[in-house]
Amino acid sequence: MVRVLKLELRGITKRFGSLIANDHIDVVVEPGQIHCLLGENGAGKSTLMNVLYGLYEPSEGEILVDGKAVTFRGPGDAMAAGIGMVHQHFMLVPVFTVAENVALGAETTKAGGFLNLDDTRRKIKEISDKYGFDVDPDALIEDLPVGVQQRVEIIKALVRDAKVLILDEPTAVLTPQDTDELLDIMRQLKSHGTSIVFISHKLREVKAVSDTITVIRRGKVVGTADPSASTTELASMMVGRAVNLTLDKAPAKPQETTFQVKDLTVIAPTGQHVVDGISFDIARGEILAVAGVQGNGQTELTEAILGLQERCHGSILLDGEELLGRSVKEVLRAGVGFVPEDRSVDGLIGTFSIAENLVLDRYDQLPFAKGISMSPARILENATSRIDEFDVRTPSGSLAAGTLSGGNQQKVVMARELSRPLRLFIASQPTRGVDVGSIEFLHKRIVAERDNGTPVMIVSTELDEVIELADRIAVLYKGKLVGIVPSGTGRDVLGLMMAGLSPESAHADAAQADAAHADAGATSGYTPVQTSTSGAEGGDHD
Amino acid sequence: MSTTATSPVPGKPQQGKPEPGTTRPAADSVPAVSAKPVTWKVPVLLAVLGVVAFIFFGVMGPNQTAKFGISSSGDFFQLPAIEVPAFLGGIVLSVLMLGLAAYAVYLKTRNEASPGWLPIVFIVLFVAAFLIWVVGGARTPSISLAGLIAGSVTLAVPLVFGSLSGVLCERAGVVNIAIEGQLLGGAFTAAMVATLTKSPFIGLLAAAVAGAVVSMVLAVFSIKYLVNQIIVGVVLNVLVSGLTGFLFSTVMQANKAQFNSPGRLPIIDIPVLSSIPVIGPILFKQSVVGYLMYIAVAVVWVGLFKTKWGLRVRAVGEHPQAADTMGIKVNATRFWNVTLGGAVAGIGGSFFTLVAIDSFTKEISGGRGFIALAALIFGRWNPIGAFFAALLFGFADNLQSIVTIIGTPVPSQFMAMLPYLVTVLAVAGLVGRSRPPAADGIPYVKG
Repeated sequence: MVRVLKLELRGITKRFGSLIANDHIDVVVEPGQIHCLLGENGAGKSTLMNVLYGLYEPSEGEILVDGKAVTFRGPGDAMAAGIGMVHQHFMLVPVFTVAENVALGAETTKAGGFLNLDDTRRKIKEISDKYGFDVDPDALIEDLPVGVQQRVEIIKALVRDAKVLILDEPTAVLTPQDTDELLDIMRQLKSHGTSIVFISHKLREVKAVSDTITVIRRGKVVGTADPSASTTELASMMVGRAVNLTLDKAPAKPQETTFQVKDLTVIAPTGQHVVDGISFDIARGEILAVAGVQGNGQTELTEAILGLQERCHGSILLDGEELLGRSVKEVLRAGVGFVPEDRSVDGLIGTFSIAENLVLDRYDQLPFAKGISMSPARILENATSRIDEFDVRTPSGSLAAGTLSGGNQQKVVMARELSRPLRLFIASQPTRGVDVGSIEFLHKRIVAERDNGTPVMIVSTELDEVIELADRIAVLYKGKLVGIVPSGTGRDVLGLMMAGLSPESAHADAAQADAAHADAGATSGYTPVQTSTSGAEGGDHD
Repeated sequence: MSTTATSPVPGKPQQGKPEPGTTRPAADSVPAVSAKPVTWKVPVLLAVLGVVAFIFFGVMGPNQTAKFGISSSGDFFQLPAIEVPAFLGGIVLSVLMLGLAAYAVYLKTRNEASPGWLPIVFIVLFVAAFLIWVVGGARTPSISLAGLIAGSVTLAVPLVFGSLSGVLCERAGVVNIAIEGQLLGGAFTAAMVATLTKSPFIGLLAAAVAGAVVSMVLAVFSIKYLVNQIIVGVVLNVLVSGLTGFLFSTVMQANKAQFNSPGRLPIIDIPVLSSIPVIGPILFKQSVVGYLMYIAVAVVWVGLFKTKWGLRVRAVGEHPQAADTMGIKVNATRFWNVTLGGAVAGIGGSFFTLVAIDSFTKEISGGRGFIALAALIFGRWNPIGAFFAALLFGFADNLQSIVTIIGTPVPSQFMAMLPYLVTVLAVAGLVGRSRPPAADGIPYVKG
């Protein structure tokens, strides 16, 4: 009864100028399977899917649907062939209702081109009931939480009769709980006959739901793997060499507390309290990791410390000195090292050379400048030693920083910030968009700075990273500090705290949920993975 | 519009399936960061205006009785004129205004936004008080309200067409600064073609084509060549102004009979209905262009908000990537919408040379394209809102000329500033913050 569809990509090559984003990629998506494309950021997964969805035209190769070659001139053709896509950045009009968004492009009309939204509402209800989505067709998108918006995206595809659903990094924007729910939804969809192409670089999720894994590295398929393969195996396939996923880190030896934030409030131009009465302190030789879903005040918190936020109240003390109200330059001179969350916007000047970027904070000081003249020789000399020390992969320090890969750019930022004596080190999203190999290196440097006796503050939306690095974990929710918990705190508890629950009730709820899960015998994405390896019965049906 | 987001939305879906033991945190456990702050802007503005009204229209108000005629002689029944003692009227109305301002301040202290009706009622009271004050202080303290309103609608016609052009372009994501040029191009072409063909109706069609052509230039440069839309718009205005001015002085002036005597479009008087007092002349005694205005407002509104076409246009203006991934051709949609907008503005331009007067002169549109732009913003990119905003500006324009005629103590130079003053106050956001389409002015480049 359910029409299934076999999808085949044969020798797909996509070039952008001289860059080859996809190099003769072959993938077969069998009907009714969850097929994972595993690869690092920039490996070419999204490009491949945009080719499949008709957004890019392939330079070479063909797409086969049920064995027949097809050409997609636009997303419309792909949708007509039964392919739906949920983009990493949602393609929803924020001021439209759910129904309007779902109808868009596939409107049912009455005579004269008038919209028939009742029909769309009915379809939404049907799908919503079938999968337990609980989505109100008349809610405005901008009022909905991210997790619900994602379901609207899935509904959009299902209304168009998608037989193959492409999910592009769907968990990047979700809390751990929302992620679990999404994985459940994926299993449900599969049980109803929808194939899923799941694009991810998160090994735990991939192992939890996939039937087949295709690993892509630098635009090429490097192999397929079974979900039963170990995390280390998958990681090394993805990176191309053996990686050590667990950080060797000695226990912290906290010394005296030198950095204190008291009752810090940051007011956005709109009048919202984006950081709301936060107090914490960090001791020398300790890493405090700030966890939270993106957009809960982390950016403003770090910017307030650096002096980038205009309206702040409270107090920020470093070695007894007040930092609040000082200029950015004074804060940097006071010994604060800062790695901003978006390196390409705030961390580097892409058109400047690597060497120049390495002295952005000290270009006007000895030994790089004397009076009004800079010393290019010394700047280049400095670059050579930093490039060596931080293992930046580049032929020369005089190349533009923008030409480097994400990981190497981040090493340049880190090298600059760590190359002067620090009294506080703040790194926001230190490994976002960085290849696994570089992550290992960057983490080691952060820990080394801690062991040097510097108070370190890490802000990350990646729970893995927080758990990996932290000596203590602070969780932010809607600008407030939910609580500070020790590093050994469970992932489920942290997840609940990220949704705003106090540490106590999060602990209680997590324990209860564990018991309930054990009773039902259900698999959770975050308990040790029990997905069967045969693939035929993987996933828990309703 | 700006109600606080803290109040729970009824029927808002629960997030996800209820899981055993996992209680979702209640939305009100933490102050919602997304709550829109209530500002002091509206209460303060209303209070200041209220005090101004109380002092000038009330305490310092004139002692005569202002007389407002409602019926004109041709109406099929007569209504008595309204007579208001100017001093008393000013006091009563300004006290009411102060009351509204006080209510807005009270709401602000409770951190609630003023309801949408409040500024509107305030404006109506303010305008009434202003009228009583002006008329009461005039040499002949009598004015025909019916004539004032009918004249306002007439003056608003090109503004309405201009702002509809803006709605069509900007809802699709292209900023249209070139409304002035489209009006002027329409006016010139209407005069020229109507004279040559001896048919004002063909002139009307030609005006639409001329407006569309001006718009196509805007569309091609901003959509295909990604030139800054504001700059293209400004350049187009200057270009059309120069071109029509040049042709006027070289061709039209030399031979007026042959090139610049278009004749007028007839006023179509619908019997009986047109004799209803006040609304009769407004709705049922109009030129073809006037009737077209009402039709255009309705068609654009229904089209934008009730049809498939409108949904797609709005999606293209709000989130072009989303539209593209749903198989909608973003740039083609934009191109045709901008062209259509130009045609609408062109028809509006024909009003100057086929209805208002029967010849073209240099710069005949006189900056009304920019006032139309203001009406578009004041009307929040909504055809009906833009229509009423344009009416308000037309009213200010007409009042200015009538009041000068009846002879008020206010210097006519100040009265001449009135339409622009109203525009500035309106656009400065008396009726809340307006939000343009999210992708307005941003070219769409695929991939």
